[in-house]
Amino acid sequence: MLAVKLREIKEILEAQVLLGEEKLEEEVFTACGADLMSDVLASRDEKAVLLTGLTNVQVVRTAEVVGDIKCIIFVRGKSPGDDVLEQAKKAGLVVMKTKYPLYIACGLLYSNGLTCRSGEKNGALQ
Amino acid sequence: MALYSKEFEVKARDFDSAGEVSSNLRAILKQLSLAPDIVRRSCIVCYEAEMNIIIHSYGGTIKIEIFEDRIRIIAEDTGPGIEDIELAMKEGYSTAPEEIREMGFGAGMGLPNIKANSDFMDIKSSKDGTVVVAEILF
Ligand SMILES: Nc1ncnc2c1ncn2[C@@H]1O[C@H](COP(=O)(O)OP(=O)(O)OP(=O)(O)O)[C@@H](O)[C@H]1O
Ligand SMILES: [Mg+2]
Repeated sequence: MLAVKLREIKEILEAQVLLGEEKLEEEVFTACGADLMSDVLASRDEKAVLLTGLTNVQVVRTAEVVGDIKCIIFVRGKSPGDDVLEQAKKAGLVVMKTKYPLYIACGLLYSNGLTCRSGEKNGALQ
Repeated sequence: MALYSKEFEVKARDFDSAGEVSSNLRAILKQLSLAPDIVRRSCIVCYEAEMNIIIHSYGGTIKIEIFEDRIRIIAEDTGPGIEDIELAMKEGYSTAPEEIREMGFGAGMGLPNIKANSDFMDIKSSKDGTVVVAEILF
């Protein structure tokens, strides 16, 4: 199992932390990327980080429904509105934004050890 | 007899409160100390049903019923109904317009997600409305 700290994710993606600076020492194992929220809900894999180009409040609602998401990362330099941040704060989420597009942001994290399945940890594909 | 029963109104196109019914459900189920997997599956079912009423219907209700051994979620709306239920159940089938996709919906995964996360699911639909019933067993 390869644990990645949220702080490392921030560095890998050269991200800006919008919420939850105090939680950056928390470790995660899995991530997923999607722009359609039912796709996020469709996978039964554990996911701790959600990367998305969508910036509306539905992203936070989806994270709440999924239950295991700790951190939302908005890609392509997009900023969420205050209502989204407010809702994310209530849900106790860490929120970041990165200038990288979704494909590259996911690729960077994947190649640094964050996979998408709890059963298939880093190295399983080698 | 249901141990608990509550009905929530869901308005068409009301994206601001979208997800509130499932948030409420999560709070209720947590109080009952149900297993995390049951809570998660119930919330996914509820959320997808709620979104379908908001996106595709003229409005409706979601009724939550909790029994000793199961939770039942009944989503009922007033139309326009689903023309071909079998087609609607297919993964990836969606009639959601572009502006809905831009909001993050319309993957065509909602009904399949409800099916995958429930132990029993039934849909009845006509021009006058749709009723989706799903049950999750404890
Ligand atoms: N309550 C409803 N009333 C009328 N039509 C519906 C209703 N629920 C679903 N449908 C129809 O069935 C299709 C498939 O529904 P489903 O929930 O699987 O996907 P979606 O809502 O289009 O996208 P997603 O749920 O992935 O965001 C919809 O596109 C719509 O045409
Ligand atoms: Mg749907």
